Amino acid sequence: MTKIVFKNIDKPEQYKIENYIKNGGYQGLAKTLKEYKPADIIEMVKKSGLRGRGGAGFPTGLKWGFIPKDSKKPKYLCVNADESEPGTFKDREIMEKDPHISIEGAIIASYAIGANVCFYYIRGEFVLCAQRIQKAIEEAYDKGYLGKNILGSGYNLDMYLYRGAGAYICGEETALLESLEGKRGLARVKPPFPAVEGLYKSPTVVNNVETLANVPDIVLKGADWFLSIGTAKSPGTKIFSLSGHINKPGNYELDMGTPLRHLIYDLGGGIKDNRKLKAIIPGGPSVPILTEEHLDVKLDFESLVQAGTMLGSGGVIVMDETTCMVKTALILMNFFKHESCGKCTPCREGTVWLYDILYRLEHGEGKKEDIDLLLKVCENIGGRTICALGDAAIVPVQSTIKYFREEYIAHVENRGCLTPFKFQLN
Amino acid sequence: MILSEKTQKKILAEKNKYPQPKTAILPALYAVYEEFGYLSNETMKETGELLNIPFLEIVEVASFYTMFPKKPTGKYFLQVCTNLSCALLGAEDLVKHLEEKLKVKTGQVTPDGVFSIGRVECLGSCGTAPMLQVNNLHFQEDLTKEKVDKLLEELKKS
Ligand SMILES: Cc1cc2nc3c(=O)[nH]c(=O)nc-3n(C[C@H](O)[C@H](O)[C@H](O)COP(=O)(O)O)c2cc1C
Ligand code: FES
Repeated sequence: MTKIVFKNIDKPEQYKIENYIKNGGYQGLAKTLKEYKPADIIEMVKKSGLRGRGGAGFPTGLKWGFIPKDSKKPKYLCVNADESEPGTFKDREIMEKDPHISIEGAIIASYAIGANVCFYYIRGEFVLCAQRIQKAIEEAYDKGYLGKNILGSGYNLDMYLYRGAGAYICGEETALLESLEGKRGLARVKPPFPAVEGLYKSPTVVNNVETLANVPDIVLKGADWFLSIGTAKSPGTKIFSLSGHINKPGNYELDMGTPLRHLIYDLGGGIKDNRKLKAIIPGGPSVPILTEEHLDVKLDFESLVQAGTMLGSGGVIVMDETTCMVKTALILMNFFKHESCGKCTPCREGTVWLYDILYRLEHGEGKKEDIDLLLKVCENIGGRTICALGDAAIVPVQSTIKYFREEYIAHVENRGCLTPFKFQLN
Repeated sequence: MILSEKTQKKILAEKNKYPQPKTAILPALYAVYEEFGYLSNETMKETGELLNIPFLEIVEVASFYTMFPKKPTGKYFLQVCTNLSCALLGAEDLVKHLEEKLKVKTGQVTPDGVFSIGRVECLGSCGTAPMLQVNNLHFQEDLTKEKVDKLLEELKKS
């Protein structure tokens, strides 16, 4: 397995700039400023095939290339460190243990798109991350990697840490921009896309922490090196956050295309207490579940789509045979209902309806028709909202019914749940 | 002003820091939250005055973000994550245990004002579940009943 983002993650006090530099840090930036024009960097990242690690998988170089070159307006880079997709905790580990790798990537990206201001937007609850990033930004200014005339190149960049305050939706790129503008975090109608009209109505790129953390090595080692890792269409590595009924939870950086089975059984040590596997969410609850029959699926963008799901955020949640699927959907719907920003009616109202129906099924008051009613409500949300939160919210319902319809029926026939979550606090 | 001088200074420091003034609202609200542990109409009014931004715009923003309580919580606000990964490893049991130990329900404050309990969505500690958060500040992870009891004792003493 290749390590790109996590190559130094366990080195002692890697979060300090001296150690980051000692372990090869900021050489990608130095090389960038010495040898390349902004357009060269965009070309190189395009060629590397790097795709966004924040959930949507959009080609990074292409996104940077959308920034208009002739615009007189200031340009902005926003680092998306809102990490709130349930089951996902990879950006947290990067920020806590190796903050500079993401900052170096962000400086290179800012240079490539011609930004002189960069916002590092961290979810409010990540207090240690905010402290580490704040300190890292100050250290980078001290050493001349940020501020005026970086490394004598004539390029200027200011970076601000910005803390969110508890809203999943602010991870959606346009809601994040609204939040940065001092407004409620409501998703914007696209187009215009952020590349044309983003922060303060200026051209803006939003990138995930992990995406940016890949950039320094791409510059140092070249696009061909990056292309040699992973699969042809999904080059590089991806960090998977493993949680749930698993013996060794944690973050694992894997070459794209690694089989799911390897992650669950070889690295994750298998299912807790030797129970049977029931379901796996492979990329955060916004993507459809998988079951045991899918264990040999490869973890990359294309293979997961083929298996009927998506790579998403890389948050892998493992559920054993004792897990009730209706309860699972109910817990996730509670989340989506709570996090809907309220702008679109289908999402705002629909998530409440879905929650109510799931609630009565789980608590023995459901009717047989409720299962089809759930699917009907889902149909009326999917594709009818401004942002993807609506599409995400229906996924747990649709996919648990797809694989476990009989369990829903049993909830109606038995007037409730026969398999309440067994795990108790020790 | 009700806001301490220190908080006022912090807010004024944010005022002209960003390309546009309204970007200072959230950082200013953080300063208020850090002093009082919640946001009241009075403190939000003063924040607006310091930033030269209408009170209603401040309220509009503040009401969107769940990290700022709008009424006082206990001195220690314990928020248990009850999202999926934590639920799979006993989060509901954790809530029940806290409610029994502290003799209050979720959403309530203990009569001595020391503790209150809340539920919160995934905090990115799923690999170290179950977990709770103290005052939007400290994560307590890999929790067991014993660990929770010890935490409560320690907090009571401090
Ligand atoms: C509801 C919702 C929540 C999102 N949350 C996050 C998040 O927490 N972090 C993130 O990087 N991207 C998140 N995204 C994806 C962003 O909109 C955007 O695609 C991403 O930040 C782009 O960066 P990338 O291309 O580097 O992945 C979210 C999207 C939606 C619809
Ligand atoms: S589910 Fe509890 S921290 Fe993620």
